[in-house]
Amino acid sequence: MNRETTETEEKGKVDMPTIILYLLFLVMGWISIYAASFDLENATSMFDLSSRAGMQLVWIGTSLLLAFALMKIDTGFYETYAFIFYIGGIALLLITLLVAPEINGSRSWLVMGPVRLQPAEFMKFIIALVLAKAFNSYNFRLMKPKNLLLVSSIILLPFILVVLQSETGTALVYLAFIMMLYREGLPGGFLLIGISTIIYFVLGIRFSETFVGSISLGEFITTLLIIVFAAGMVRSYLKRREVSAIILTIPVVLFLVAFLISLFGVKVNYGFVALLSLGLTGLYLILLFLRFWKKPYLYIFLFVVASFAFVESVEYVFYDVLQPHQQTRIKVTLGMEQDLQGSGYHVGQSKIAIGSGGFAGKGFLNGTQTKLKYVPEQDTDFIFCTIGEEQGFIGSSIVLILFVIFILRLIYLAERQRTVFGRVYGYGVASVFLFHLIINIGMVIGIMPVIGIPLPFFSYGGSSLWGFTILLFIFLRIDKSQKRM
Amino acid sequence: MNSHNPLFKRKYVITGIIIVFALIYIGQLFHLQILSPKYREYADSHAFLRKTLYPARGAIYDRKGELLVYNQPTYDVMMVVREMEAFDTIDFCRTLNIDKQRFYQLNAEMRDPRKNPGYSSYTPQIFMSQLNVEEYGLLQEKLYKFPGIYIQHRTERQYKYPNMGLILGYIAEANKNEIAANPYYIRGDYVGKSGIELSHEEDLRGEKGVEILLRDAHGRIQGKYKNGEYDRAPVSGRDLTLSIDLDLQAYGELLMHNKVGSIIMIEPKTGEILCMISAPNYDPSLLTGRDFGKNYQSLEKNPYKPLINRAVAGTYPPGSTFKPAQGLIFLQEGIITEQTQYVCYHGYPPLGGKPACHGHASPLAIQYALATSCNSFFCYGLNAMLSNRTKYSDVNNAFDHWKDHMVDMGFGYKLGVDLPSEKRGFIPNSKFYTNIFKNSRWNAHNIISTAIGQGEILTTPLQIANFAAMTANRGSFYTPHVVKERKGAPLDTAFTNRRNSEIAREYFEIIVNGMADAVTKGTCYGANLAPEIQVCGKTGTAQNPHGEDHSLFMGFAPKDDPQVAIVVIVENGRFGATNAVPIGRLMLQKFFKGEIPETDKWLEKTMIDRVVLPYLYTKNAPPAATVTIPVAN
Repeated sequence: MNRETTETEEKGKVDMPTIILYLLFLVMGWISIYAASFDLENATSMFDLSSRAGMQLVWIGTSLLLAFALMKIDTGFYETYAFIFYIGGIALLLITLLVAPEINGSRSWLVMGPVRLQPAEFMKFIIALVLAKAFNSYNFRLMKPKNLLLVSSIILLPFILVVLQSETGTALVYLAFIMMLYREGLPGGFLLIGISTIIYFVLGIRFSETFVGSISLGEFITTLLIIVFAAGMVRSYLKRREVSAIILTIPVVLFLVAFLISLFGVKVNYGFVALLSLGLTGLYLILLFLRFWKKPYLYIFLFVVASFAFVESVEYVFYDVLQPHQQTRIKVTLGMEQDLQGSGYHVGQSKIAIGSGGFAGKGFLNGTQTKLKYVPEQDTDFIFCTIGEEQGFIGSSIVLILFVIFILRLIYLAERQRTVFGRVYGYGVASVFLFHLIINIGMVIGIMPVIGIPLPFFSYGGSSLWGFTILLFIFLRIDKSQKRM
Repeated sequence: MNSHNPLFKRKYVITGIIIVFALIYIGQLFHLQILSPKYREYADSHAFLRKTLYPARGAIYDRKGELLVYNQPTYDVMMVVREMEAFDTIDFCRTLNIDKQRFYQLNAEMRDPRKNPGYSSYTPQIFMSQLNVEEYGLLQEKLYKFPGIYIQHRTERQYKYPNMGLILGYIAEANKNEIAANPYYIRGDYVGKSGIELSHEEDLRGEKGVEILLRDAHGRIQGKYKNGEYDRAPVSGRDLTLSIDLDLQAYGELLMHNKVGSIIMIEPKTGEILCMISAPNYDPSLLTGRDFGKNYQSLEKNPYKPLINRAVAGTYPPGSTFKPAQGLIFLQEGIITEQTQYVCYHGYPPLGGKPACHGHASPLAIQYALATSCNSFFCYGLNAMLSNRTKYSDVNNAFDHWKDHMVDMGFGYKLGVDLPSEKRGFIPNSKFYTNIFKNSRWNAHNIISTAIGQGEILTTPLQIANFAAMTANRGSFYTPHVVKERKGAPLDTAFTNRRNSEIAREYFEIIVNGMADAVTKGTCYGANLAPEIQVCGKTGTAQNPHGEDHSLFMGFAPKDDPQVAIVVIVENGRFGATNAVPIGRLMLQKFFKGEIPETDKWLEKTMIDRVVLPYLYTKNAPPAATVTIPVAN
């Protein structure tokens, strides 16, 4: 057994494209940090350990050592001890929650003398490992209620702990594993529900301030959208085109009638017409269920009811449950408000910095917006601003494309794994990197709300760099030991 | 193995979603970086502070090199609100010599975005401006007690003498119109508003420089952009030397004390204005410093209008000082000769003795007519010219010839002096009268008062002085000007090119003889300085609708090789000989001798003490004395 492993290991090679991209990111990140933290008045050397760039060099060095060490550890070690890691990680999160001092409004840092660690960062690879281990067990099927409960517990337990540490951004990263779960058999319907939830939420809030008859424009649009979704589901799950057509015809007929009535000078409440259409759709679906006794009709009916309930609760949740600053962030992202002091100021300044870079950028160390500290957190969460300003469209597009190549490479590597363990872990790694990329760059360019998570390998910080390095190199180690397909 | 698993296809869905995200993000980058130039503009306006470097404004000297106007540092109290900590407000107020109420008022004004649009709590804001040196010293000593308070140095115009406020002019912050009209100016720039400061603004102001500074997110300055590669150093303003003689000017102002009017002396050989008094005058240092607004208002409200430079902007009927010009035209046009005689029976006979005249021999020729200022002679002359149908087709043609000569001699249009607000006066043409009489068959008798410088004729004191200089030169003049030298640049050719009249030199000699006689044995005997200096002159007594006649004197001296031409106008000073001639005499004495001889001291005292103020219909009018100023020693 041992000899066999050794043989395969000798055959296996570490995936060079990924290594090259990793090293490239480290170097570009280091240069970006130097540029972002460059002080016009006290310019320091890139190697000065008292500067951010110098310290990052230390983190890079230790990360490389860590990477070498990880490549030496046997793959079996991770599989064997995954749950131990998990228990240790949860324990650490609990300790952190109890003893951590408050730093920048969160209790997520363990301070041991000069060293500060953020256990939440390391929880990413631990969750990925545990999930991989769970999926690897014999005859594991995700959709068994027991397994579904197990998987969601593995994710939600640390999620809750990290939220309690007030590190919501990092906690949200754990939800990124949904992409991996989708690959491993989570029904598309779940994703559909997730996506429709987001759509309802965004539309409901974005158009909550104008009204159509008795309901807000947001509710009006989402109500009609629910009908369209229901029609689409009938068509794709039951293959009943005529039923789907009837569902779509209901609102069309009703609105036509309402419009004709309005021609006679009667003031028509179109909001009520929309609600009436939805009610008739629900009634029609339940009648179909009773008539044909086919469960999908019931499910679609329940989808309609749940969607409607969600839509109705969106405004309540938004205005009464969310904190004012969270409301503002979302409103700013949706373009409803110009918050020039708070998070809107940050995003505004980061868009100005990136936008002012133009096609080719202002050149290394010539960015005025970042040098003059207009951009907040410019060597951590907003590091992409420096690239955008100094390297322009060319530079920022190249970084974005390299990341996409990197993630697609990870997916390719994951797909070629022989074991479920390797594949699930690989997808977990890809999910985490993708989530970071989409949220971080989306935030900086003003598409996503401000959620404070770093850009992998670029943002300054030891914990996050170590965390990403461990996450990646465990996978490269697993990949190396596998026979190629 | 995986390919048999239907879930295998899901990697394409995932890949698809990743690529869609990437495309959206690259699209947004393209939108921000390439399609939206506004971000570049925002970035520049945030990060670059274009600090204007103000050049020193040029100094002004008199013709003898005496410094008149210079710059002196002044101090503004600046406040950086973010850096302020609680301090002893009472001590602060006491240091600045203000009360607490004023402190809060200044504070509110500084923070009011309407009054101070550039307000930021991170950058220094003007709290109180223009401290003097003593106040500055006091505050500087205590500055350590007041965190967030700074002192900013600026310069301010300073005037060494209280004279010639109207010639020097003043500077003040550029207003909206000036900024709109000239892109050079920005809000807060000082710009010449009147006098030399306005007419030579471009000489005096120099060229602003710029320093591009980097400003961080808190408004703090982080050094120069690219080490000053794009900075531009300011170019200092040009110093000016005036043709004005300070002593002469101050003496003229003294003589015009408690009078309204004007004195101008011109060097005929160059057109340089030696002095230009407009009374009442004001002390130029009133219009500088902290009390600018208050002083300006009081000057503007003064019914004697001390802000108007009467020498160039006052228009008066020239009265008899117009007769030499008339005579020149009649001689040049061949209407009369030196020998032509007209009768005078205490008036102009054809119109029943109007305009009236005074007792003198009759009939008389031009030279004697000038000496006695005979009205009748010039009425006959004008009639002879306008009725001459052998030379001119009709009265319009004749009158336009007359008008062209007048314009040729510098009347009716702006002379182009290097001072703002010059008026052109009024010399009518034939169309003007055709319009008035509603037909073109009017004749000389309809407009007979024109012959003696009354009627519609209006001239500025400068035009009369210029005519005197032209007569002194026997037919040519240089455009009068007050700036003699621009440091490092030649004078405009408009002031160095001689302007020749069409009238022949020989006719000028006849007129000069008449004017010499007027001084030695005629109406301006009071200006006779013979035998030392042979003065030529002409009085004027101009009827006007504003009360008593204006008293005028015009002349030059000496008769041969003239050094100076002069005009004196005393509003409502009655006969020319009453006020204008004695003042003219004293000015000529001062010019030629530097001192007033003992024999004339009594006259000097009389003229200084004499009050000739027009009656004002305004209630509570202050005596003009409050706006005239003492003379510098």
